[in-house]
Amino acid sequence: MKKEVTGAQALMLSLIEEGVDTIFGYPGGAIIPVYDALYDFRDKVNHILARHEQGATHAAQGYARVSGKVGVSLVTSGPAATNAITGIADALLDSTPLVVIAGQVGTSLLGTDAFQEIDVVGITQPITKWSYQIRHAKDITWAVARAFYIARNGRPGPVMLDFTKSAQNEMVEFDYKPCTFIRSYLPYPEIRENQIDKAAQLINEAKKPYALVGQGVILANAEKELIDFLEKADIPAASTLLGLSAMPSDFRLNKGFLGMHGNVAPNMKTNECDVLIAIGMRFDDRVTGDLNTYAKQAKIIHMDIDQSEIGKNVPVDAPILGSVKESLPALTAKINSAKHTDWIDSFGEYDKQEYDAVIRNEVYRTEGELTMGEVVNKITEATKNKAVVVTDVGQNQMIAARYFKYTETRSVVTSGGLGTMGFGIPAALGAKVGAPDRTVCLFAGDGGFQMTMQELGTIMQENLGVKIILLDNRFLGMVRQWQELFFDERYSFTHMKNPDFVAIAKSYNIDSRLVTKREELDDAIADMLKDDKPYVLVVEVEQKGMVYPMVPAGSCVTNIIM
Amino acid sequence: METKLYTITVFSENTVGVLNQITIIFTRRGLNIETLSVSPSALPGIHKFTITLFTTPDMVEKVVNQIDKRVDILKAYYNTDEDLVFQELALYKLATEKVLELGSVEYFIRKYNIRVLEISNDCTVFLKAGHYAETQSLFEELSEKVGVLQFIRSGRIAITRSKVERLSDMLEEMQKIQEKQNGNRKV
Repeated sequence: MKKEVTGAQALMLSLIEEGVDTIFGYPGGAIIPVYDALYDFRDKVNHILARHEQGATHAAQGYARVSGKVGVSLVTSGPAATNAITGIADALLDSTPLVVIAGQVGTSLLGTDAFQEIDVVGITQPITKWSYQIRHAKDITWAVARAFYIARNGRPGPVMLDFTKSAQNEMVEFDYKPCTFIRSYLPYPEIRENQIDKAAQLINEAKKPYALVGQGVILANAEKELIDFLEKADIPAASTLLGLSAMPSDFRLNKGFLGMHGNVAPNMKTNECDVLIAIGMRFDDRVTGDLNTYAKQAKIIHMDIDQSEIGKNVPVDAPILGSVKESLPALTAKINSAKHTDWIDSFGEYDKQEYDAVIRNEVYRTEGELTMGEVVNKITEATKNKAVVVTDVGQNQMIAARYFKYTETRSVVTSGGLGTMGFGIPAALGAKVGAPDRTVCLFAGDGGFQMTMQELGTIMQENLGVKIILLDNRFLGMVRQWQELFFDERYSFTHMKNPDFVAIAKSYNIDSRLVTKREELDDAIADMLKDDKPYVLVVEVEQKGMVYPMVPAGSCVTNIIM
Repeated sequence: METKLYTITVFSENTVGVLNQITIIFTRRGLNIETLSVSPSALPGIHKFTITLFTTPDMVEKVVNQIDKRVDILKAYYNTDEDLVFQELALYKLATEKVLELGSVEYFIRKYNIRVLEISNDCTVFLKAGHYAETQSLFEELSEKVGVLQFIRSGRIAITRSKVERLSDMLEEMQKIQEKQNGNRKV
């Protein structure tokens, strides 16, 4: 016997059917019926009240990125939906599974410029994988099932459900059927043998094969398949920003970090290899630099689940369409065991150059002002390379990506595609909720910190043990770096007069400490990591630090400033 | 790179907002749609879009892939004119008194193979099916000799010359693949 419930209750029951136990949200007029229904599900669903809807979506992203589950965000109509937009766009560019449910005015008011009405479907279509308006309660179970199926399968991404208030209040028989098939969407393309054969032949003939590892490996849970593949043919590999932690940092064939502020060897070797194997990555411009000079000498194999990525930026000799979870083992089976010792050793020369020119001074400085690099290095050591690292955007992000080390997968949460300043604090609190047993360290700059620092309130209310390291250089550092390098040191509006960050943290009842000297750092880090409580460690670093090496935007990947 | 006219065909679910999902892909890349025609396809619940635009081979490939990627899109592909049998319709409204002044419309009917849809005191309406150049050339000649009160041209409709387009076969194939995968994979 099916029971009659309100649409709002049907939504809650549907979310529970999909295994949702955590929601990041913010109530408001057009979603009150859902919040009322949620009140009866407090034992099953942990609702975390953000301080701004942007924070709610970023928190859901952080949660999804570390847990592999779909992040869920619940907000009201109009301004709440528009506030959520940044997180939704971020999730699209970084392929994060997200279901965002926004309230909407009743169907009789749609299109009338009613109070807090906005065209949510129209606004979100360009930045979601799917966007749907629920106008009647009978559509709720269908829409929710479909939303979760679309968000989590294939190349993951954000889905928007625009939930009219009239549908929330209508009565409906609840009968849930999960979605297992959409005739217009094949999330996992079939692996084609001929594509595998062609790629295997290229790899078997290669003298200098080289693999680029992207987030696709992590999203497909194919970390082991990746290692098996690389080891069999002895192929050195490097990671994109979002691919970091797919391979442990100390893995023999892991040669580091690609891109604009990546390691020297991985970028240089892109233009020296004879076969380039891109695995679940999308040749972003921050990785490729100038496409006209990118890996022209190499045969290119591109493994991706998304047909539209293949050939989008780089012409491909051997595409392999499909999930790397399936294509990597298929390819491993067809390649010969090999040794490429000389080729792999040749990375070492560039590593030494980079150490001498950049790393020694950034990470192992003994006098002068503190650097971002040494702070990151001390913290990765103090956490035995086991922490989840979350970053904001800018210099803090690039330095964290360069110097943090990983032993476990899903250890990096950063806004790669959209580059969203303000991502850090909410994403970190979401990550802590998604991985409560892990240490979560956020590196943020003074700019990004102040974009979403109201989320300290969320951290306080939920007592989330997020370790926030604020690298304060009193500048919008990355923009200042560009102004120094490319705009004649004209520091147009990049200097910031900052508040007393320790006092701000303390006003939220969060432990905090200011470090200005090198000799204070170890003690402060130990203090921060002594328990599982939230902490804001404010470190005054050099004002005009630079992130090197650097491939200038649009330049050849081998044109590296150090 | 040289641009030419491409015809993009899209099969979609008949849901609210599909047209917007398609057009935003053109907007992002700064592409102008030349013609657009939308109608129910042979399969119930599935709509067919025919879109033409001038662009490069590289661009049309990327645009079609990005359209095809959308969840509500069943299939998208593109062709050039050689692959297609295509047609447009045009309607021409003329002042009946001016037409009568000509003395005869036989010339137009024979030369352009037009149909006359309406003759009344107020107006006469011609219909012509043909390619752009043909409907355009009639428009120009009528404008010069009679004057055209109103003119409307439809978007292109097209079918491929190659073997029968079997969307239903493709749908069946997709269903088989997904059923097989659902058996293997816990969804």
